[in-house]
Amino acid sequence: MSKHVLSLLVEDKPGILTRVAALFARRGFNIESLAVGTTEVEGLSRITVVVGVEGAPLEQVTKQLNKLINVIKVVELEADQAVQRDHMLIKVKTDSSTRSQVLEAVTLFRARVIDVVSDAVIIEVTGDTAKCAAFIKVLEPYGIKELVQSGVLAMGRGSKSITEKILK
Amino acid sequence: MANEVLTGAQAIVRSLELLGIEDVFGLPGGAILPTYDPLMDSTKIRHILVRHEQGAGHAAEGYASASGKLGVCIATSGPGATNLVTAIADAYMDSVPLLAITGQVGSKLIGTDAFQEADIVGITMPITKHSFLVTKAEDIPEVMAAAVMIATTGRPGPVLVDVTKDAQQAKAEFVWPPKIDLPGYKPVTKPHGKQIQAAAQMILEAKKPVLYVGGGVVRAGAHKELLKLAELIGAPVVTTLMARGAFPDSHPQNLGMPGMHGTVPAVTALQKSDLLITLGARFDDRVTGDVKGFATGAKVIHVDIDPAEIGKIRFADVPIVGDAKEVITELNQELTAVLKTSKIDIKDWWTFVGGLVERYPLGYTPADDGKLSPQHVITRIGELSGPEAIFAAGVGQHQMWSAQFIKYERPNSWLNSGGAGTMGYSVPAAMGAKVGQPDRLVWAIDGDGCFQMTNQELATCAINNIPIKVAIINNSSLGMVRQWQTLFYNERYSNTDLNTGTDTVMIPDFVKLAEAYGCLAIRVEKEEDIDKAIKLAIETNDRPVVIDFIVSRDAMVWPMVAAGLTNDEVQYARDAAPIWDGIE
Repeated sequence: MSKHVLSLLVEDKPGILTRVAALFARRGFNIESLAVGTTEVEGLSRITVVVGVEGAPLEQVTKQLNKLINVIKVVELEADQAVQRDHMLIKVKTDSSTRSQVLEAVTLFRARVIDVVSDAVIIEVTGDTAKCAAFIKVLEPYGIKELVQSGVLAMGRGSKSITEKILK
Repeated sequence: MANEVLTGAQAIVRSLELLGIEDVFGLPGGAILPTYDPLMDSTKIRHILVRHEQGAGHAAEGYASASGKLGVCIATSGPGATNLVTAIADAYMDSVPLLAITGQVGSKLIGTDAFQEADIVGITMPITKHSFLVTKAEDIPEVMAAAVMIATTGRPGPVLVDVTKDAQQAKAEFVWPPKIDLPGYKPVTKPHGKQIQAAAQMILEAKKPVLYVGGGVVRAGAHKELLKLAELIGAPVVTTLMARGAFPDSHPQNLGMPGMHGTVPAVTALQKSDLLITLGARFDDRVTGDVKGFATGAKVIHVDIDPAEIGKIRFADVPIVGDAKEVITELNQELTAVLKTSKIDIKDWWTFVGGLVERYPLGYTPADDGKLSPQHVITRIGELSGPEAIFAAGVGQHQMWSAQFIKYERPNSWLNSGGAGTMGYSVPAAMGAKVGQPDRLVWAIDGDGCFQMTNQELATCAINNIPIKVAIINNSSLGMVRQWQTLFYNERYSNTDLNTGTDTVMIPDFVKLAEAYGCLAIRVEKEEDIDKAIKLAIETNDRPVVIDFIVSRDAMVWPMVAAGLTNDEVQYARDAAPIWDGIE
């Protein structure tokens, strides 16, 4: 299975997320991660989807997405021409004997501690998927109590913008 | 001048009028009641009150398919709207321009499980080209105009407009024409010039080309252009189930229908071809059989208005996105130019194909159980009605025989449920067709199973003076399912007996049923009565006519490619495979 990052520029209309998500399921494609939010342009939202492709080519899902009336643009962001970031909050068990080791890992990974109680900390980490996965591996021995993450956010490198041609 | 202030309901009716809508099919209920009030006063719109919302949906489809215009149906919220679902799905599969307007509970009640509330926008998302939920009266003109534009342009399809009751009741300025803002909707109709040249080149080089013509040609109204293209190339033409009539059956290049029940020449020509000139067709599994073994030696030119169809099933060597009419026109120009200096030589190909046509004509074995041969009945309906008539079929054996044995000479004369395979399509679709084309003779050719799903619309036909003719091909069973049970399930007939034949309990008696609906009803059991009954039906125009043709239940549809097999394994008749020689 291959993974692809798609960036969708969509009209901010009710039901758009359902239309997009249901299309993936209906056409037999698997969503690995999803992030939705507004953009710099009022009325437009951006959906970043990591899609697992098996069998039918990715082209089929991008063409089908383009047929959705509220979808304005679909772009595949190739790894070498885009920056990609995950955002994660991790609650780790700590006590006086482990806290310093956990904090050291936080420093090494350039993560941040955002909440501390006597027996746990909440850590915030940002990075590409591989870095986040490596960080989790380091923290696992101490006991991860809770983990929450955003979908992958991605943006093409350089000065161009996905909304550029649309606004003309 | 200040704009007129209208209620949302009035705005719906006014918008429909301004969009040129003349006929709508529907059935009122609580949430759509406000709209039915101004509808009563409209002098431009004829509303036909159906007996079931599914009937309204199929009638709108039949109307659209017969006339090329937009079909419109109206229903109330909840069950009214969900009863439209089958027809909407059907229109989606067969690219029928359809506008479905539904009432919705008041906007404050949405999400509360209110009486007759159903999330019809959510329910129909996978089966509509687009859908709108309108909660404000002022949005109505724009939504109506956008809905009609989306339904009728690009690849046509169904669009649903769900309007809350309070939006119908509220007042707003009526602004016309509205500004339509659809930044994500830009259908490509004009083909790329380079691709046209590449296609022409490929056609010149082909030794065994076939024009594989689909329903897109009918929807695009590209039949004249197609005729010219076919004659320029001189290649065999196959017309899929959705494209019957796109190319005249009387034309010597027409090999008929390909696919599971296609003619041997059509199936074989595709299979042995070296170039499929694919026009508005989508490589449906009923055409290709096992796709891995489909036309393995052929390159593909694929013309479709929907880019997502290109490469979906079969790789296209020359993909061309565009409207069939525009693409074929440009291709004709290009070919005319290049044919001044080159020639297409496909004589050997025609020797092979012509041999198939000679050896494997469509045919059937007459019934030997004293009942009528369904193929003969359908042939006579076609012959006595002529090519100007319209034929709407249900789904099953009678549909396949109607596609095979009626000779179509013009587009929009053959209506059926191709993609969805909706039993019950024909009576309401014929009704809609007759409303759209009142001067044409309109037949519903139906099965005894299909007929029992939607025959209530005969009441609509009788009361509204819509004199359709219904031919029930009554084999007292779910015939196509029974055929599969005969062939693949050791003749174990699980749940396919319908008991409508003359040697059964005859429930219902179709003649009595039709009479109860105010129709002229005729039962035909003898071959010599077939023509008489058909002629009487054609002459009777003061009410609908239903003919109950008692046919043999053992008749089967041939040729056949069994499901899952490749088209190499086409059977001409039971246990009879055609012999192919002369070309490899």
